[in-house]
Amino acid sequence: MAQLRELRSKIRSTKNIGKITKAMELIATSRISKAQARVEAARPYATEITEVLSSLAGATPNLDHPLLVERESVRRVAVLVVTSDKGLCGGYNANVLRATEELLSLLRSQGKDPQLYVIGGKGVNYYTFRDRELANSWTGFSQQPHYENAAEVGKHLVDAFLAGGDDGGEQSGPDGVLGVDELHIVYTEFRSMLTQTPVAKRMAPLEVEYSGGDDAGATASGEVAPSYQFEPNAETLLASLLPKYINTRIFAALLESAASELAAQRNAMKAASDNASELVENYTRLANQARQAQITQEISEIVGGVDALAAVGSDD
Amino acid sequence: MAEMSVELVAVERRLWSGQASFVVAQTTEGEIGVMPGHEPTLGELVEGGVVKVTTTDGDTITAAVHGGFLSVTAERVSVLAETAELDEEIDVEAARAALADDDEVERERATAKLRAAGQTV
Repeated sequence: MAQLRELRSKIRSTKNIGKITKAMELIATSRISKAQARVEAARPYATEITEVLSSLAGATPNLDHPLLVERESVRRVAVLVVTSDKGLCGGYNANVLRATEELLSLLRSQGKDPQLYVIGGKGVNYYTFRDRELANSWTGFSQQPHYENAAEVGKHLVDAFLAGGDDGGEQSGPDGVLGVDELHIVYTEFRSMLTQTPVAKRMAPLEVEYSGGDDAGATASGEVAPSYQFEPNAETLLASLLPKYINTRIFAALLESAASELAAQRNAMKAASDNASELVENYTRLANQARQAQITQEISEIVGGVDALAAVGSDD
Repeated sequence: MAEMSVELVAVERRLWSGQASFVVAQTTEGEIGVMPGHEPTLGELVEGGVVKVTTTDGDTITAAVHGGFLSVTAERVSVLAETAELDEEIDVEAARAALADDDEVERERATAKLRAAGQTV
């Protein structure tokens, strides 16, 4: 008796869990397409700003800006990690954090001192639990990042980077702020619904490609590359463009990560729902067996009782 | 009639793109009007500016643009903005309320929005 009741309550609770995970799966699925649409919507700006930047670089050959120059001695580097705020998304966070650890040990082996900047509650928990120092952290927008979020993070990083220009070794420079000499970002790239891969990239100093492509195209068509007029001058433009370019890179990374997070969540929840329905099936079989065993026992008890009574009656 | 292709792009989406005959914007140096065949130019737009595009159909598209750049090449004109709103999308009530904001940037943005929406400030 007791076994049958236990099995039935297990079936009931597993069914409830299955309902919840199924609902979460559907929610994630409906959000993925929105997240992907946002990635698409942000693309025109990214291509435009890259175009503007490269035409600016092409028009003024001797560009000079701290964000473009490799520093001679790289001591401290900033690493921005993009994780999710909530769990229940399979290996998503574990993968990003593993990629981060790999990057950190690589940087340490090069004699650099990495500073952690973390986006997302899961990453913050991971590092605070291990008593690791965080330079800064932001939470609350992992699933629906807005440009303002990216701009805020970007401002912090660019400020730290610009402050690092005059540092000498462990001492902070004349500005009194201990800055960084390189910016790295670790986020999850959305390959497809089923594959999301963590990637680590260097954001600054930017690698400038003085594209020979434009010149080659110009000579082929017999035209001269357009000479630009700048309002205000090229240096001021570059100084305001570059931080925005970094922000765009961060924003793109946030959007990709959001889409990846949702896809990972969908996969995890789909696996959970499948498991739940399999469990329900197994438990139902066991419950049926137990029920039949119980019925068989009852019948054999009755038959046994009748037989015993008949035996007693025949004695009289 | 001469025409040029114009793109109005904000970070999170593309606002408008199409053929136009005239574009007006304010750079940090002053107001600039761009007609087809303009010399290639890169300009930084003022914070809280208004961009007006006259399309080839004669319509006028007005947008409040914040933190943007203007790029004019031989083929096309593109306006890049951190955030931008077309005139019909602007919430005039909210912008009026934001005029009393403590933050100066917010006030500038609100003013630009109201100007783009054709309201007097």
